[in-house]
Amino acid sequence: MARTQERVAIVGAGPAGAFAAACLLRARGHTEIDLFERLATPWGLLRGGVAPDHQEIKRLQDTFDRQTLGRGCRLLANVEVGTDISHAELMRHYTAVVYATGAQTDKSLGVRGEDLPGSWPATEFVAWYNGHPDYREVEFDLSAKRAVVIGNGNVAADVTRMLTLSARELERTDVADHALEALRDSRIEEVIVLGRRGPAQAAFTSAELRELGRLDGVDIRVDPDDVELDPASREWLAERGTFTARKNVELLREFAARPARPDAQRRIELRFLRSPVEIRGNGRVEAIDIRANEIARGSDGSLRAQPVDCDPETIECGLVLRSVGYRAVPLPDVPFDERHFVLPNERGRVLTSAGDPLPGVYAVGWIKRGPTGILGTNKRDAEETIGSLAEDLGNGALPQPPNPGREQIDALLAKRKPDLVTAEGWRAIDGHELERGRNEQRPRVKLTSRQELLAAASRS
Amino acid sequence: MTYVIAGSCIKDDSCIEVCPVDCIHPKPGDPDFEAAEQLYIDPVLCIDCDACVEACPVDAIFADFEIPSKFEYALELNAEFFAGQTTAERTAA
Repeated sequence: MARTQERVAIVGAGPAGAFAAACLLRARGHTEIDLFERLATPWGLLRGGVAPDHQEIKRLQDTFDRQTLGRGCRLLANVEVGTDISHAELMRHYTAVVYATGAQTDKSLGVRGEDLPGSWPATEFVAWYNGHPDYREVEFDLSAKRAVVIGNGNVAADVTRMLTLSARELERTDVADHALEALRDSRIEEVIVLGRRGPAQAAFTSAELRELGRLDGVDIRVDPDDVELDPASREWLAERGTFTARKNVELLREFAARPARPDAQRRIELRFLRSPVEIRGNGRVEAIDIRANEIARGSDGSLRAQPVDCDPETIECGLVLRSVGYRAVPLPDVPFDERHFVLPNERGRVLTSAGDPLPGVYAVGWIKRGPTGILGTNKRDAEETIGSLAEDLGNGALPQPPNPGREQIDALLAKRKPDLVTAEGWRAIDGHELERGRNEQRPRVKLTSRQELLAAASRS
Repeated sequence: MTYVIAGSCIKDDSCIEVCPVDCIHPKPGDPDFEAAEQLYIDPVLCIDCDACVEACPVDAIFADFEIPSKFEYALELNAEFFAGQTTAERTAA
């Protein structure tokens, strides 16, 4: 029997989708892959999340390009699955569909005043400075002297750095032009970063934390009392603490011991065991009330923050960036686990509400495991999902779809999305941005509106 | 000399796959792998072959005499990750 051509759609061209495509091509080189992407540009958070001053990490895009588009995987960008084409339609055209849509929204704090103007999810600030077309028109008011960042993860570290880097340093990055202009005029002198738990529980990588202490013209302040660990944290750190947690505590002690530098242009203050209670202001953020916590051992042995009975403290500020985690949103016509905010799955095979595999539907990345891990985590994650998919393909478990031909999906998309962006279109965008970068001695100057991106793509 | 991995490591395991002496840790499946923020090169075992430098997709690996100043700390950090392990532990597969 002649083998029918396998055609797989991967939805989302971020790191998880890219690693999945590369892995599938290694496992089954004859498989045809179409990589769908909502935006006009691929590589997801590598382009739109990784901070502009971390250019070395952005080099991963060359590997993605080489291992996917360079090996025949097609890019179908500027197409939104669920809007431009439905899940059912994908299932009629492809042997399998792999969802790699990530976690597109942020967790909320659940405190009063969270939605006051001037209080933002840090992820929107990130999207704005990275030139995400949906956030180009957003205006961040940087006219106050003090900003407060809530959260102790790497997104909190990134936004803190972006608020304190000098214009001279920002000019050497691919930060979006609109953000460069706004940050150049920023009057923020102090960024206070609040961690709900203590130094031993901070989720920063030690590399990100170390960087905060090495910024040009920026003083870093940590209260020595804050780095005195409570007995439970001390015990945990000594017995089960990770290498990173031990390094973080070491770094924070070193920061706490540094003499203050009143001459510094900007200041970062890291405060621990503090939670927001309310964000206040008349029509916009003017202050945040915070309360103190202590570490308590939960019933499962985990170390949690527990409020201490005392009066709240008020910090005056004009900007609040909330960075307490990403969260996935449900996809139309695909099962969703409302408790864990992922597609219910077993080793990447998406499950129905009854717990049975939904034939031909897979998940990879944050939509599969939740928003955890770093870029490379997606490689192992993709290996698991693609392992399941390759096994199902090899067993003949996936039937031929009703409209299996490539020309059939192409005809449908040509009708609905005449401005679809292919690999050639993306290369034209990429080349244009790099050239603009060369002219300005910057790594890249991004196009940040959908219109500009589509115009550049059409010049391919 | 030795090679060292800097903080821009994304834990892509390409370097582990190509290392001929298995001196890059933690490895996928190791108990401390998921919690690790980056991978580290054991300076005692590294044979300076350069294979990992070629494999790294984000250029996070440097020869010890070529470490950019912003990653200076990485030499000590890589060594420290393995400190306290015996030679037998270091060379166990």
